[in-house]
Amino acid sequence: MASHLKQPRTAGTFVRRTLVIGYLFLLVIWPVALVVQKTFEGGLDNLQTALSDPVVTDALQLTVIVALWAVAINTVFGVGISLLLVRYDFPGRGALSALIDLPLSVSPVVVGLALLLAYGGSNGTFGPALEDVGLQIAFATPGIVMATAFVSLPLVIREIVPVLQEIGTEQEQAATSLGAGPWQTFWRITLPSIKWALVYGVVLSLARALGEFGAVKIVSGNVARQTQTATLVVEQKYQDFEQGSAYATSFLLALIAVAALVVVTILRPKDNTDGD
Amino acid sequence: MTLDTSVAPGVVRKRRARSGAPLTRSSGLGLGVALTWFSLLVLIPLCLVVIQSIDGGWATFRETLTNPQTAAALRLTVSQALIVTAINIVMGTVIAWVLVRDDFPGKRLLEVVIDIPFALPTIVAGLVLLSLYGPDSPLGVNVANTERSVFLALLFVTLPFVVRTVQPVLMELDRDVEEAAASLGASRFTTLRRIILPSLAPAITAGAALSFARGISEYGSLVLLSGNLPMKTEVASVRILTYIENGNEAAAASVATILLLVALAAIVLLQLVSTWVARRG
Repeated sequence: MASHLKQPRTAGTFVRRTLVIGYLFLLVIWPVALVVQKTFEGGLDNLQTALSDPVVTDALQLTVIVALWAVAINTVFGVGISLLLVRYDFPGRGALSALIDLPLSVSPVVVGLALLLAYGGSNGTFGPALEDVGLQIAFATPGIVMATAFVSLPLVIREIVPVLQEIGTEQEQAATSLGAGPWQTFWRITLPSIKWALVYGVVLSLARALGEFGAVKIVSGNVARQTQTATLVVEQKYQDFEQGSAYATSFLLALIAVAALVVVTILRPKDNTDGD
Repeated sequence: MTLDTSVAPGVVRKRRARSGAPLTRSSGLGLGVALTWFSLLVLIPLCLVVIQSIDGGWATFRETLTNPQTAAALRLTVSQALIVTAINIVMGTVIAWVLVRDDFPGKRLLEVVIDIPFALPTIVAGLVLLSLYGPDSPLGVNVANTERSVFLALLFVTLPFVVRTVQPVLMELDRDVEEAAASLGASRFTTLRRIILPSLAPAITAGAALSFARGISEYGSLVLLSGNLPMKTEVASVRILTYIENGNEAAAASVATILLLVALAAIVLLQLVSTWVARRG
């Protein structure tokens, strides 16, 4: 991303640079470093205590399962809906494209409330009927998966749609005219060209899914060792004055999310996405 | 990320042909499945919130809004989100500018730092801020349980929005136009006001709208940091949660609907401002 024309460096350049670095240092870098430091204050004790606590390990396991489900659903749904939005013409396409972003503007607490009103076991709209056929959604894993999928829904789509618009349809049309079927065209032409945008979207979704707190708190019921996810454990441990475990669990959650982001930022080719 | 110099001045490459193929049978089926899932997951539950809030007529609405604790929470949420969005508009644009136009060792690290608030679980974000601005602050600044903590938490979680929307537009912006303006005698300030800002306005607006929407809906990062003191540091999301826990879903839905309306109004308003700035340029 080096600028092709070097701008003369003025005093303003350095003022802006210092301002930005100082701001980010005080707002993000220093606080995050402190949490890492507190996690390792007594060596590996905090991590060991946390990882030998079944409440923590069960929660981490549930979080990973839920996040994988939510990311899988969002990836399939996201790729499908992006292709439909970019490649096809149907009434209501503009409205759909605007509504897709809605989950980003809705409070997690409202998401939880909405899902409870729809799928709550006793007074939800669909909840009682679903429970009659043996499917419990609220206060069980399916509800947690839905809440997580809701909050991270637009992330894959927001990454792929611009790339799909950018690459156009020439190559796909060429493949089709050479006799490739729709699946073959998708796997051999479309998927390789959206690969990095898709990976980035999946990583963002994963980070969001691992970290969801508000919506999950409401729909899960927050029962330790059953429906308590890792972020809920952090809250509980902190409030129970087991700060060491809280820091250690936070560290693990942050590690997965940040590590995934760093890996993608490094791996992603600089001339991302398009052919220019 | 290569800069494309062939782009027309001030025009950001956007969607090409907006027309697509008509639906085939299989893509129609796919659309049906996708719409069903989207409705079941997002649309129907959100509609139920709005329906629930107007179910008891205007009485529930009025009662909820005139409850002093709820009104205070809404006021705090909206005012802090507004201040934070204003700061993000300025700082986010400056950060994007430095990331695109400046070059110094460690710049790639800053790229990752920008994404951290987004990647970090919100409850961890609260914990993180508490470590520097809480009771054991090495700086001696303790904002825990004050209004400042709400401000700080919102500033942290909304950091990436303006930066990430402005950055790609700034990369595509043609430098030749700026140089032409300068060689014609325009000052740096005039170039900024007449050439750069109008092209960036839509992106800044989009980022500001996301940041405001996120700000008024924030919950997780405030749990440990703000102490949720009624009338003082309690935000709207916490009010909703309290109503849910008390079984008062109608009141919870009322506050939720108000939040949705405020977010919508902000997005429309910012859109108007952006159109005005872009046209006036």
